[in-house]
Amino acid sequence: MSLKIVVLAKQVPDTRNVGKDAMKEDGTVNRAALPAIFNPDDLNALEMALQVKEALPDAEILVITMGPPRAADIVRESLYRGADRGFLLTDAKFAGSDTLATSYALSKAVMRCQPDLIFCGVQAIDGDTAQVGPQIAEKLNFPQITYAEALIAVSSKKISLKRRLEHGVETVEAALPLLVTVHSSAPACRARNARRVMQFKHAHTPSELTGIARDYTQIYRQHPCLNIEEWNVQTIEADLAKLGLSGSPTKVKKVDNVVLVQKESKQMSDSDADVELMITELMENHIIG
Amino acid sequence: MENFFLDNETLKFHLMHPLMKKIVEMKECGYNEAQQYEIAPFDYDDAMDSYEKILEIIGEICGEIIAPNAENVDLEGPKLVDNEVIYASGTQQNQQSLINAGVYGMALPRRYGGLNFSMVPYVMAAELVARADGSFANIWGLQDCAETIYEFASEELKEAYLPLIPKGFTCSMDLTEPDAGSDLQAVQLKATFDEKANCWRLNGVKRFITNGDAHIKLVLARSEAGSGDGRGLSYFLYDRKDKAVTIRRMEHKLGIKGAPTCELVFNNAPAQLVGEQRLGLIKYVMTLMNGARLGVAAQGVGIAEAAYREALKYAREREQFGKSIIHFPAVYEMLGNMRAKIDAIRTMLYETCRFVDLSKLYEQLGKERSLTGEERSEMKHYQRLTDIYTPMLKLMSSEYCNQIAYDALQVHGGTGYMQDFPIERLYRDARITSIYEGTSQLQVVAAIKGVSNGSFLKQIKEYDSMEVNSNLAGLQMQLQEMTARFEKMCEAAKNYNNAEMYDFVARRLVEAAANIILGYLLLADADRCEKYTASARIFIGAANAQNFEKEAFVNSFSAGINEIYK
Repeated sequence: MSLKIVVLAKQVPDTRNVGKDAMKEDGTVNRAALPAIFNPDDLNALEMALQVKEALPDAEILVITMGPPRAADIVRESLYRGADRGFLLTDAKFAGSDTLATSYALSKAVMRCQPDLIFCGVQAIDGDTAQVGPQIAEKLNFPQITYAEALIAVSSKKISLKRRLEHGVETVEAALPLLVTVHSSAPACRARNARRVMQFKHAHTPSELTGIARDYTQIYRQHPCLNIEEWNVQTIEADLAKLGLSGSPTKVKKVDNVVLVQKESKQMSDSDADVELMITELMENHIIG
Repeated sequence: MENFFLDNETLKFHLMHPLMKKIVEMKECGYNEAQQYEIAPFDYDDAMDSYEKILEIIGEICGEIIAPNAENVDLEGPKLVDNEVIYASGTQQNQQSLINAGVYGMALPRRYGGLNFSMVPYVMAAELVARADGSFANIWGLQDCAETIYEFASEELKEAYLPLIPKGFTCSMDLTEPDAGSDLQAVQLKATFDEKANCWRLNGVKRFITNGDAHIKLVLARSEAGSGDGRGLSYFLYDRKDKAVTIRRMEHKLGIKGAPTCELVFNNAPAQLVGEQRLGLIKYVMTLMNGARLGVAAQGVGIAEAAYREALKYAREREQFGKSIIHFPAVYEMLGNMRAKIDAIRTMLYETCRFVDLSKLYEQLGKERSLTGEERSEMKHYQRLTDIYTPMLKLMSSEYCNQIAYDALQVHGGTGYMQDFPIERLYRDARITSIYEGTSQLQVVAAIKGVSNGSFLKQIKEYDSMEVNSNLAGLQMQLQEMTARFEKMCEAAKNYNNAEMYDFVARRLVEAAANIILGYLLLADADRCEKYTASARIFIGAANAQNFEKEAFVNSFSAGINEIYK
């Protein structure tokens, strides 16, 4: 039996180059002002999945993304880079989900695929919680390896990985099935492949197709891989109470704009005594340790 | 994310030229391959969308991988180990990234694993790569050899070698010898037919061979024993796996250090004939050379773009006398001229690409069915334009590239002379463009026939027949005056009735014609998009002044003056 890999990827607002209009008056993210991109860590996760497939060519890579209809871009981007198929989990009823509700929905979706391996980024740059991956593993009762940095070896039975930890690296081995969260220090994702781009740019979800004049019926019959399936609450057989705002115990009480201002400044000379003093102070404040 | 395609809107402007509709229509034979190949387009918009998406991939690899590697590639350079060239580690990474992205062989037909792209996006890719690393542009650009194999080699050779190009097998064109540089008719490397092995055998020396350790080599050699000129030369394909070539040395160069330049000894090397005997130089090399000159022109534009961007960035950041130096007239004049020159050579680059596309497409069509009278005259028209535009373009692009690199370094002042900024490398890399694939002096020899037979003038009149926005009318009038003066200047030169004197002023004539043509092309760009008006104004103003100087020289030149230079 060939290995089945699921990669979880998220479309996020590009918060790396934030301008003045990045936040709305009410303190929420102004998604219209920020370009929507492939969450960077998830690209590292996709690359690691592709490396597994290079080692085990029979492996199949399925990408699942949850988001609004335009998140189908994430599926196409993954197909361009080497994924085999992709699914878009989209339903208005998912709106407002926190990490608990999101991980519930995603775990239900992942269950449909019966994977041997799940890869996702450590965290997404919009929320930076790093909770969703581990929560999914718990819900699926999968063991997990977090902060993976490099693939060392893989077989259809087990995988060994290097983890990036605060004070160094750790090499671990685990039996499959398994969930892996991939760190940003892992190898960058390969570029899109020209041939795959020219083929899979025609991959669409059913709702995207309604807005396209060209008749794809025949093409899609010939090439089923160009269908991006849309899954909703019914498809994944989810309990409505556990989704969206009602399924999300996290409540945002207040959002503050943090403006960093200089509080005090100290001049220090380059004498040994002053350097010593500065280091002691920084250590007392736990800035360095 | 750095992306050299997306950060330069001018490229999309040229990609979306109105003539592309006709080119793509012909290239895709009415879009009939979509049934057969998943990657083939359904229609024009689909094809253009693919061009753009694939250039985006290349732009990203250039911005994120090739450009950041360029400094180390220049320092490290390739190494010669056990008769094998090992590329610098950055070069290896560049190569692997482009292979993985599936973009090698873009211009080849799909049945050989190519993408069947037009020359315009193919050459645009070369420009992008050259902006990222001028030396890598050679390794990338030598895939041009595939075009020669496709056009002239037997089906057997095509099937054996063309599918290797998309896999990243590299090529070299082995023409130059110690005593045969500009004068390729003097090539001595011997080719003899080996009846027993049923193949040709090559013996002799080649020098200054770029990417000399390529997998696939196209070698010009003397197949007709006892012959002394170009008609005794044939073209051969040598495969590196036969291991019958010794790399005698690798040159130490001023620039493009990442591209290995080798001296080679062929030791009874087995080879296969490409096309027919005796047509090596007179037909095949000339075609290959045209392609290579287009490649060097793209390299010139790419290096110039990189140099300009460095100068602009530095001029904005560097403060003297209490302000950024970009605010001083002496500096912004240089930058404005650089911008105008780049816009000028780039627009000519893609104009020439369209001519090459159309002439090749009609030739291809002519192989499939007999052409109508109108199609045949279109083919001849575009062939003629290709023949005269290619050397003019190579001349102007490489000379401007050098001028722009010179000025860009000047903007940096003393800092630019140090190795701390990329401009020092760009200045060195620029220098070769006006030398290889035919020096500027030889481009003049090829282009001058377009002046003397009136072809350039005819094309200028053709450009002049377009109607432009009323705000551009003044510029058009200036070009019309320049044209009238150019005609007088040509007349004066013809009246010397002396071939040597005519040759003496040939470069001035070619450059005067080029100034007018570049002016018209910029005028057309400004007409299509307002933002090119500034470059059109700067360029035409400067070109007009330059042409006065050339005219004064040519018109007052009289018998015997050339003698005093001797």
